[in-house]
Amino acid sequence: MSAVIALAGNPNVGKSTVFNRLTGLRQHTGNWPGKTVAVAKGRFCWGGNSFQLIDLPGAYSLMAHSAEEEITRDYLLEGKYGAVCVVCDATSLLRSLPLALQAMEITPNVVVCVNLMDEAAARGIHVDGQALEKGLGVPVACVSARDGAGMDQLMAKLDRVCRQGNPPPPPTPYPPQVEGALAGSASTPQGRWRALARMEEDPELQSALVSGLYRRCEALCRQALSGRNPEPFPRQLRLDRLLTGRWVGIPAMLLLMALVFYLTIAASNLPSSLLSRLLFSLEEVFSRWMGAAGAPAWLEGALVQGVYRVTAWVVSVMLPPMAIFFPLFTLLEDLGYLPRVAFNLDGCFRRCRACGKQALTMLMGFGCNAAGATGCRIIDSPRERLIALLTNALVPCNGRFPLLILLLTLYACAGVGGAALPALGLTGLVALSVMMTFLASRLLSATLLKGMPSAFALEMPPFRRPQVGRVLVRSLLDRTLFVLGRALMVAAPAGLLLWCLCAVRVQGISLAARLAQALDPVGRFMGLDGVLLAAFLLGFPANELVLPIALMLYQSGGTLVQPGEAAQVGAILTANGWTGLTALCAMLFTLFHWPCSTTLLTIKKETGSLKWTAVAALLPTLLGAALCTAVYQIGRWFL
Amino acid sequence: MKTRLSALPIDGQACVSTLDPACPMRRRLLDLGFTQGAQARCLYQSPWGDPRAYWVRGAVVALRNADAAQIWLGEDEGS
Repeated sequence: MSAVIALAGNPNVGKSTVFNRLTGLRQHTGNWPGKTVAVAKGRFCWGGNSFQLIDLPGAYSLMAHSAEEEITRDYLLEGKYGAVCVVCDATSLLRSLPLALQAMEITPNVVVCVNLMDEAAARGIHVDGQALEKGLGVPVACVSARDGAGMDQLMAKLDRVCRQGNPPPPPTPYPPQVEGALAGSASTPQGRWRALARMEEDPELQSALVSGLYRRCEALCRQALSGRNPEPFPRQLRLDRLLTGRWVGIPAMLLLMALVFYLTIAASNLPSSLLSRLLFSLEEVFSRWMGAAGAPAWLEGALVQGVYRVTAWVVSVMLPPMAIFFPLFTLLEDLGYLPRVAFNLDGCFRRCRACGKQALTMLMGFGCNAAGATGCRIIDSPRERLIALLTNALVPCNGRFPLLILLLTLYACAGVGGAALPALGLTGLVALSVMMTFLASRLLSATLLKGMPSAFALEMPPFRRPQVGRVLVRSLLDRTLFVLGRALMVAAPAGLLLWCLCAVRVQGISLAARLAQALDPVGRFMGLDGVLLAAFLLGFPANELVLPIALMLYQSGGTLVQPGEAAQVGAILTANGWTGLTALCAMLFTLFHWPCSTTLLTIKKETGSLKWTAVAALLPTLLGAALCTAVYQIGRWFL
Repeated sequence: MKTRLSALPIDGQACVSTLDPACPMRRRLLDLGFTQGAQARCLYQSPWGDPRAYWVRGAVVALRNADAAQIWLGEDEGS
């Protein structure tokens, strides 16, 4: 039976780095944003004892205000742990200590871990761990988790507290009116804490309470801090003023986005074609094996041309862009750029009566809409959270990027070499989807979700040197493989189903062809065609399947074309009557249609309501259908 | 002389005096360090002028102007 250690701390104090350093990256979490919304668990060993580490969501206070803080508070109150490790930030000790003091009101078994000692030293701030330990009355370990300094000491102190416990630390002295209200409540365990929590109702007592907390923290900092006073770092400030400036802020954001797309497109072309050549040469091998084993033709068709080919398609189209896009994006996240995007875009979200943090969930949506939907928990107001949930699928996820990139390469910039033009086109499409997000948010605020914007406070963490090695490992293992694995789990059965739909013929026409025929009038009206619409419908389990399905249906032989060269795909599309206008409508519908099944399931789970799930499916579909119809009906007069 | 945090010019610095009792995010602002006597300094603003970023108790916090208007400032003790 190993002891349990709970890890708590403010957001942005490097809590995850401490967690990863302690557990050696053996973390089980599928969290896209890097924000801990779900609780992650890990293990580590020290001195022959094994420990279980629980990574609690970031919290400023244990007087819960957000879902994350509630999780943290409830966990600490439950008391099923040997020790609580509160991670503090050495560069702004004053604001991370209140959480430690609050935790000490709940349990004496607290170890304070002062992280980012290296960053503080670089700024000329010195933290005296022993003085802090004496002032607080609980063990203090000073570490820089990024390079691992001091981690041994932290583990030793955690081990000791788990085995022996701490003597009760001196209580925080509060102003007289608070102490008066507290009198007599300290007799029961956590009684003092419950009395403090009750004072939250009264604004007067609340102010006095927090002031008392900060006064003690100030006194502690006076004892423990020396060197320069914490102040805005001039270099950081200059960079921030530039990146949020009136003339530079938005263009710099767009430029950075275009650069990320350019690198993704330019670097994934070659590996993508190599990978598909490899996978499809393997297909022949499988076919031969099946033949040699004497398998009937239908079985070979279902397994090789159905399951294997669709799966190989998804891998060769998805893996290379994802393996480049995710690390680049994680790098930006690690650098601390994402909160600046939220800061820059908040003005727009405020005008749409939504929350600026929606910019963050929107950015998560670029990776995976289901992850973006889960990330919406960071928004406190229920109304604004719903807006963010319902509009998340309006931004293209990673499963839709390859299709957009392929169509852009084929139609928008045919003949012009290089990846610059497709990257610009993609940036334009993404900008359009962001504008649609604004429009839909405003629309929802005016109709289904009436209301005014609530308050918004966002901490801007300092820019930090990204840990390139960790970024690579984390984004490849956690994100790329996770998303790829999920896509594959869907692709294999979908391939089988598709093959069946194409192979089962009623009166000589396959089921899939019949579906496409039935949808043709609707599709044509929107500038698409029946096959493409059928492909979008059948691609409901995963958006990455849309193009392979469409190609399969166009090649009415009923099997999927080998991906290989993009030009080959272009030839098939053109032979089936595609024009530039069709491609444009197809791209628009790719941006705006129903979310994939995983995303809808997530939305159902998050809202707990079928009605809102239906709205989440209908809203982008109606927007997309209207936009495609308008573009096609206007466009065909000019072409 | 009493002013609101939202009226603080960029690079201006002042002491927090009180929070509007009716402010819905009172507790959040207190937790972020906007308590009585805390030094606040306006660092920069977004391209639209709202929200703005403030330095308070060793960190940078972005607030919308409507929310910053709930925070009253006292005399500047820093100068």
